[in-house]
Amino acid sequence: MNSDIIDFASLAPAYPEMLLALGAGVLLVVGAVINKERSLFVSYGAVLLLLVVGALVLFAPAEGILFNGVFIADSFARYMKVLVLGGSVFSLLLALPRTKENGTHKFEYSILVLLATLGMMIMVSANDLMSLYVGLELQSLSLYVLAAIKRDDSKATEAGLKYFVLGALSSGMLLYGASLIYGFTGHTNLQEIVLAIATEGRSIGLIFGVVFLLASIAFKISAVPFHMWTPDVYEGAPTPVTAFFATASKVAAMTLMVRLVMDTFQGITHDWQQIVIFLSIASMVLAAFAAIGQKSLKRLIAYSSIGHVGFALVGLSSGTQVGVEGVAIYMAVYVIMTIGLFACVLSLRTNGDYVENIADLAGVAQKRPFVAAIMAITMFSLIGMPPLAGFFAKWHAFLAAIDAQLYVPAAIGVLASAVSAFYYLRIIKVMYFDEPAGEFEAVPPGLSVIMGLSGFLMVTYYFTVGAPLANFAHIAAGSLF
Amino acid sequence: MGIGIELGHYLTVGAILFTLGVFGIFINRKNIVVILMSVELILLSVNLNFVAFSAQLNDLQGQIFALLILTVAASESAIGLAILVIFYRNRGSIAVEDVNMMKG
Repeated sequence: MNSDIIDFASLAPAYPEMLLALGAGVLLVVGAVINKERSLFVSYGAVLLLLVVGALVLFAPAEGILFNGVFIADSFARYMKVLVLGGSVFSLLLALPRTKENGTHKFEYSILVLLATLGMMIMVSANDLMSLYVGLELQSLSLYVLAAIKRDDSKATEAGLKYFVLGALSSGMLLYGASLIYGFTGHTNLQEIVLAIATEGRSIGLIFGVVFLLASIAFKISAVPFHMWTPDVYEGAPTPVTAFFATASKVAAMTLMVRLVMDTFQGITHDWQQIVIFLSIASMVLAAFAAIGQKSLKRLIAYSSIGHVGFALVGLSSGTQVGVEGVAIYMAVYVIMTIGLFACVLSLRTNGDYVENIADLAGVAQKRPFVAAIMAITMFSLIGMPPLAGFFAKWHAFLAAIDAQLYVPAAIGVLASAVSAFYYLRIIKVMYFDEPAGEFEAVPPGLSVIMGLSGFLMVTYYFTVGAPLANFAHIAAGSLF
Repeated sequence: MGIGIELGHYLTVGAILFTLGVFGIFINRKNIVVILMSVELILLSVNLNFVAFSAQLNDLQGQIFALLILTVAASESAIGLAILVIFYRNRGSIAVEDVNMMKG
């Protein structure tokens, strides 16, 4: 041990996390003492806090390894933290209009989102199996409660219960894998594991550990065959919470996947590559076909998110820097598209209830043309139609696979996106060509702004954010090599 | 390590407990509380692994990890039971086959 007093300035790489933890604690106390009628105040405070933390990550970058090597702040972590914080801010904003109907009027909602975000930031910055586990659990435990936050709704509680049981199982698998990796390499620090693999080579125990670890993370990013919880939880949880699951939580778990396979297990690339290729092909194919028969809009979104994980994993399976860049760009575009999609879903209410089924979308184009237009743009972007953002995301991911001569996953990816076009186009058909069934309630202006922003970014991606994003992703991916 | 009891024995017991826990989650068709117990069994089997490896490697990190797992396991079961209670309030049952509102 070095000196007992830690110099506060040397903790600069962890300032964002420390600020977030402190802020979440303060807001919890504020929420507990102020009048229940004014709990929205806590939500605004949480949004403000996340924006400040985001600004700190973006504009005051400090890199380094802290706390005896358990915490790493590098460009890759920075890039992913920006995405995670973006997903969290927009999930809070999406919940602001009609909090009563969403079941998010309790101030605990914002606090839990903040704590889950803190867990995700620790996951993104994990440099040791211990910090990885603790970050993951801080995230998961908050998410279990968030899924069931509408506690008088039987669907939401069922979603919370299913998520809890399967999430706990996946944490158990993660730990079992971690224990084997620790036993066969003698270390929990990721960098030391890299060295141990390089000097001692691979052993069967280590491979077992890696398989368990990757299976558990596949669970968290909902890749097939570990996706069973996704449709149920997405359907049952309140919609803003689902948006949070689909964006921030997925980005954080994907970061973990990328960091582990590209950095920690770089010595056994051939072994993990087979697993990642299998996960990606299975996710793309199953999602494309399983979504066709869905009637519920949120279940359809769940299957679509499974498919998109598959597309991102195509890029990762290449095992190259270009592949990591592809994943980074894919996740950013995916967050933009998903936020837009959920803003559309949340803006449509008919007969005093949210639109649940795809058939209820009939006539949106006549009654709410703006929402229908944004939804159509999002659908085309999700298909991967040029010149929308989704096309460039897929292009980067598939390009990396082709560069690494992985033609089969790339070809299956293109075919799977052709199949998935069917169910995305069906939504557009229902909105534009089916007879209107009922009236839609007025769209809250806040949601219109989010929809407009997301639609703008998707349409003008190539001219606005495309180049800076690719540049940032390039720097981020570079820090892993 | 004790006489005659090697690392392999500890790992075997750990693996058996882990498998029992996983099977307890998937094969159990009766009660959700049994699932919570199975989750605890999985976490304890992992702890056994960590402590055995830690003793074998003569390295403290494994035991620190085991302590962290114990703490998280406690909060995890608290949250699990809380979700179970609100589920029971809504449905009046905690049988596994009644967790079936959403399918497909």
